[in-house]
Amino acid sequence: MPPPTDFTSACPLPLAQYPHVLLAHGGGGTLMHQLLEQVFLAAFGRPAPGAQHDSAVLDCPAQRLAFTTDSYVVRPMFFPGGDIGSMAVYGTVNDLAMSGARPRWLSAGFILEEGLPMESLGRVVCSMRDAARRCGVRIVTGDTKVVDKGKGDGLFLNTAGIGVVEHALTIVPRSVQPGDAILVNGDLGRHGMAIMAVREGLDFQSVIESDSAPVADLVLELLRAGLPVHCLRDLTRGGLASALNEIAAAAGVHLTVDETRIPVREDVHAACELLGLDPLHVACEGRFVAFVPAGEAERTLAVLRAHPSGSGAALIGQVGADAPPLVVLKSALGASRILDMPSGEQLPRIC
Amino acid sequence: MKFLDEYRDAAAAQKLAQEIHRVTTRPWSLMEVCGGQTHAIVKFGLDQLLPPRITLIHGPGCPVCVTPLELIEQALDLAARPGVLFCSFGDMLRVPGRATDLLAVKAAGGDVRIVYSPLDAVKLAEQFPAREVVFFAVGFETTAPTTAMAVFQAARKGLKNFSLLVSHVLVPPAMEAILSSPNCRVRGFLAAGHVCTVMGYWEYFPIAAKYRVPIVVTGFEPLDILQGVLMCVRQLESGRAEVENQYARSVREAGNRPAQQLLQQIFGVVPRQWRGVGEIPQSGLGLRPEYAAFDAAKKFGLADHHVAEPAECRSGLVLQGQIKPHECPAFGTRCTPEHPLGATMVSSEGACAAYYRYRRHQPAVATA
Repeated sequence: MPPPTDFTSACPLPLAQYPHVLLAHGGGGTLMHQLLEQVFLAAFGRPAPGAQHDSAVLDCPAQRLAFTTDSYVVRPMFFPGGDIGSMAVYGTVNDLAMSGARPRWLSAGFILEEGLPMESLGRVVCSMRDAARRCGVRIVTGDTKVVDKGKGDGLFLNTAGIGVVEHALTIVPRSVQPGDAILVNGDLGRHGMAIMAVREGLDFQSVIESDSAPVADLVLELLRAGLPVHCLRDLTRGGLASALNEIAAAAGVHLTVDETRIPVREDVHAACELLGLDPLHVACEGRFVAFVPAGEAERTLAVLRAHPSGSGAALIGQVGADAPPLVVLKSALGASRILDMPSGEQLPRIC
Repeated sequence: MKFLDEYRDAAAAQKLAQEIHRVTTRPWSLMEVCGGQTHAIVKFGLDQLLPPRITLIHGPGCPVCVTPLELIEQALDLAARPGVLFCSFGDMLRVPGRATDLLAVKAAGGDVRIVYSPLDAVKLAEQFPAREVVFFAVGFETTAPTTAMAVFQAARKGLKNFSLLVSHVLVPPAMEAILSSPNCRVRGFLAAGHVCTVMGYWEYFPIAAKYRVPIVVTGFEPLDILQGVLMCVRQLESGRAEVENQYARSVREAGNRPAQQLLQQIFGVVPRQWRGVGEIPQSGLGLRPEYAAFDAAKKFGLADHHVAEPAECRSGLVLQGQIKPHECPAFGTRCTPEHPLGATMVSSEGACAAYYRYRRHQPAVATA
């Protein structure tokens, strides 16, 4: 479980005289500098005296680097199991991890809507600080813009990340080989259903908490164990179904997964049934799929399960022969069907 | 999951399938009425477990699919108007009209919102008294009582800014229309379990007797459907034509009386167009004259759009069980869930969408 990110006295003081974000906080003047000093630098750390500049200069060993960016627009900003701040750190860290990279540096771009409670901004920034510490990354550069009230949805965030590639593998879809085993690091669909339940005001008896979590440490653990990982993909929008279809198409292979082996928690399954959604189409924020040679499947599973972020790991299927690129799901009843990408947005159905 | 996994048990399913094989001596065509059943059959591959002599014909029981284009056009017209807050169930949003769909209207600035219950639309009407809140009332007897309750509450609260675009349809008249068709191949029905939960199955006795056809009220889980098929085949094999209830854990003969009373209080029975089928007499629900103030078509003076279906779309034949989805030349090529020619490809309960989503890997269904 991530540590709680309550807004405590340990957090930076969010400009007590202004309880809400003003347009002037993005105007380049005194107020913007106060915001920078008292909120962002206080939380993320300051550069050496006299070194604060238009860009950060990074000391980097001469290795391969991984570089990624992602924007975060989640509504609501705070949800059971996480918030936009920790998600913006974990999401980008996880994207780096999917190349097997060790995440090192992040940027943070904030687009704030005029009128955003300063307290909310403070909570998000604290959460980012704590998340970055947990992942061992530093937020070294950033930007703030304020847009007119009504032109944003409170707060949008962009993070870009740089990681160092310390292995010699080629972790990409085209490395996937016929016969490879397909694994996931835990139960699916919790993030999407947690957001859906809050956003739509659905009162389920139990609160579904997001699975938002960093997985970089777990991936590095796989590499440390010397496992020849062929491909990794995090299961965000579109869930497992989209990730598998993307990889099948990119690698030109046929994938078969076994429905009975795919872990989905009972409350998530029930909520999906209620809304007519397929848990395999629902987004996760701390889950990935891994492709390894069949002979390494058991050892991969053991390494995953020994780590807290992989305790619910499972072997769910295997890669078939080349082409046609397709994902087939074997159902519990023994019949088989296509596991397709969701078509457009996941819309709850009528009855 | 309790109350669900029991009805998806693989060993029990195999047992039922074996029993169906054992009792079947002749070819029989059965129609599952409800789109939810079609979806389950295709998703779980239940028809693959049946003897080749049993043919399942996919019925017209998908409310999204049978909502006529005229009403879709009216919905698009209303949703685009300034001052209107248009509420709909989620899967109506992608249904294509002549030139656009509700999602595109929303993107162009229309206030279109997904609601899970018509009562949420009533709440919105209270919350935004200066806006005209319109609910797109789609569905069979299953969703109609909640619409009726929304009208009842709106009337009691004296709301003047709430109205409905009504497209509710009734199942038994559609079954009769199918049975009266000269090309009818249906020898037995799996009736829609959820519709019967509300309406009971007393309405089916005269139909079974008049057309000499077994009707088995059936649920939606794999074991429900297989058991429904078995009950239906047993009747056919022994020459019976009775109404039976497979879905007894949810359905009583009389149904839900208070829901039926509310329906009668708010709605009257009217003729209704079914997309792909045509007009079926006495097959729809319309607001009673005392509730005419809630009728969006009257309130906004909506034009009676007459819209021709795309000539290439065979959804009418699919909805009547005349062809299987993949027998349509456009299936999977010019008609996909991303670019649907007709509603059966849009809704998750539409037969074409179900075949496209789950069956493309099978040689018989594969497209060029």
